[in-house]
Amino acid sequence: MSLEDIKKRTVLDPDGREIEIDPLKDYYCAATPDMKMEHHKSSAWVIEKFANWARSESLWILAFGTGCGAIEMRPLMTPKYDAYRFGIQWRATPRQSNVFIISGYMSIKTLKRAIRAYEQMPSPKYVLGLGSCTINGGMYWDSYNTINRLDHYMPVDVYVVGCMPRPESILSGFDKLKQLIKEGKGEGAAKYATDFKWYKKNQKQIIKDWDMPDYNW
Amino acid sequence: MIFEPIQIPWTILGLFIVFNVGLILTGTVRKIGARVGRRRGIRIYQPYIDLVKNYALRSNFTHGMMFYLAPVFRLSGGVGLIVFMPLIYDSVHFSNFSFAGDAILIMYFMFFGTLGMALGAGEGGVPFSAIGISRGLSQVTAAEIPLILAFLAVFIQTESFSITEIVAAQQGGFLNWTLFTNPLATATAMLAFLGSMMRSPFDIVLAPQEIPIGPPTEFHSSFLGVLSTNRAVFPMAKTILYVNLFFGGATSWPELILKSFLLYMWSVVVGTIYPRFRTEQSIRWFMKYPLILGVITILVLQFG
Repeated sequence: MSLEDIKKRTVLDPDGREIEIDPLKDYYCAATPDMKMEHHKSSAWVIEKFANWARSESLWILAFGTGCGAIEMRPLMTPKYDAYRFGIQWRATPRQSNVFIISGYMSIKTLKRAIRAYEQMPSPKYVLGLGSCTINGGMYWDSYNTINRLDHYMPVDVYVVGCMPRPESILSGFDKLKQLIKEGKGEGAAKYATDFKWYKKNQKQIIKDWDMPDYNW
Repeated sequence: MIFEPIQIPWTILGLFIVFNVGLILTGTVRKIGARVGRRRGIRIYQPYIDLVKNYALRSNFTHGMMFYLAPVFRLSGGVGLIVFMPLIYDSVHFSNFSFAGDAILIMYFMFFGTLGMALGAGEGGVPFSAIGISRGLSQVTAAEIPLILAFLAVFIQTESFSITEIVAAQQGGFLNWTLFTNPLATATAMLAFLGSMMRSPFDIVLAPQEIPIGPPTEFHSSFLGVLSTNRAVFPMAKTILYVNLFFGGATSWPELILKSFLLYMWSVVVGTIYPRFRTEQSIRWFMKYPLILGVITILVLQFG
């Protein structure tokens, strides 16, 4: 899809009538993050605590490897480390996942897809930055094609350092994430909604061919 | 059937037990699968946490009325099976709302959820859902034909459309089970059973490697919660139906749970051994062995 495809224009329909189409409006939703929903907490303390416990013990990872760190995810889920023991599971669609692992360097082309995927995940959602590339660019810090700091583009809950971090470190990162969620601090989605304009400004600064709506729910 | 209000709480209790057994069974089977693969696997109670988590998520995006209704349709398919089927034979409390022609109604309920899901997932707008639905509907339809032939054989044999009467005809020793009185029908039904359990080799509909998750791709949070509630109820309902029709029913809860567990394991064992079929392969398979076996069953019953 190019920028031309999403422009508002008039086309002929099969019956020969002229109709106006606006792909951004027809195919996507123009809504911005729903502040009320993103910040919603149950009024009963016990229920919110219980919900947070359930959220922390059932982490579904989006199966989207963005960099070389994705290779570490295979031993993580297979017999050697077997993260299933801790309630961590794969999910093939962003709609059903809660954790987005940015596994290593993030090229600008991938960033666009990552943002779309992140925004489509149901909240509360969490981001785990894997490897030094997500912290300061790592060995790609002066590359023309990768981003340096991930948390300028999406809120990151936990960073796991290393190049590449071994599965043990990833597991310890998950432990930290679970602890944060249980304490009620896993509110990345709420932060994203609050600072939405700032995140969008950063994203648009680096993605030159912005051909999607501002918010892909 | 004489309706009495006291049946309602007993039916709900039966449904609750079946739902919990279904969830624990899902956990156990995944645990066994993990152990076969030399992993420790999920915790047995993980399906419960996943369910609570799905209901506790904040986002609820909808794509329209049918998108809302699809999980409801799906769940009512599973619940409808349980509600209109006797769970425990000769039990006052767990005969539910079974009546003289319940077998016919139950055959409708088995297909009901799939159709509702097809409409709702179509409204979600994800192309993967549409692919999944077309694959799923063709596969389920192919599996349904031998299934109906096997059921018909049982109905002809017992001259009844009432599941309670069919179970009654199988009482008095295991040699009276349909498994032994009509092995051909049981074999046909067991082959058709594989087609609707969403396990390998017939799991192309939901294959995450192929079409992310298939029909439920777009369903999330509580929509997915309702769908996974049904994933616990529906396979159990189906196995209980089979226990009733072919394996002599059950006179107590432990007997019912044991029989349905073993029956469920049949699809698990086959799924562990055989790799995934493509859609046209699975349809061809259903049209070959189970269908021919089903036709022979009916012919033997008629002329044998």
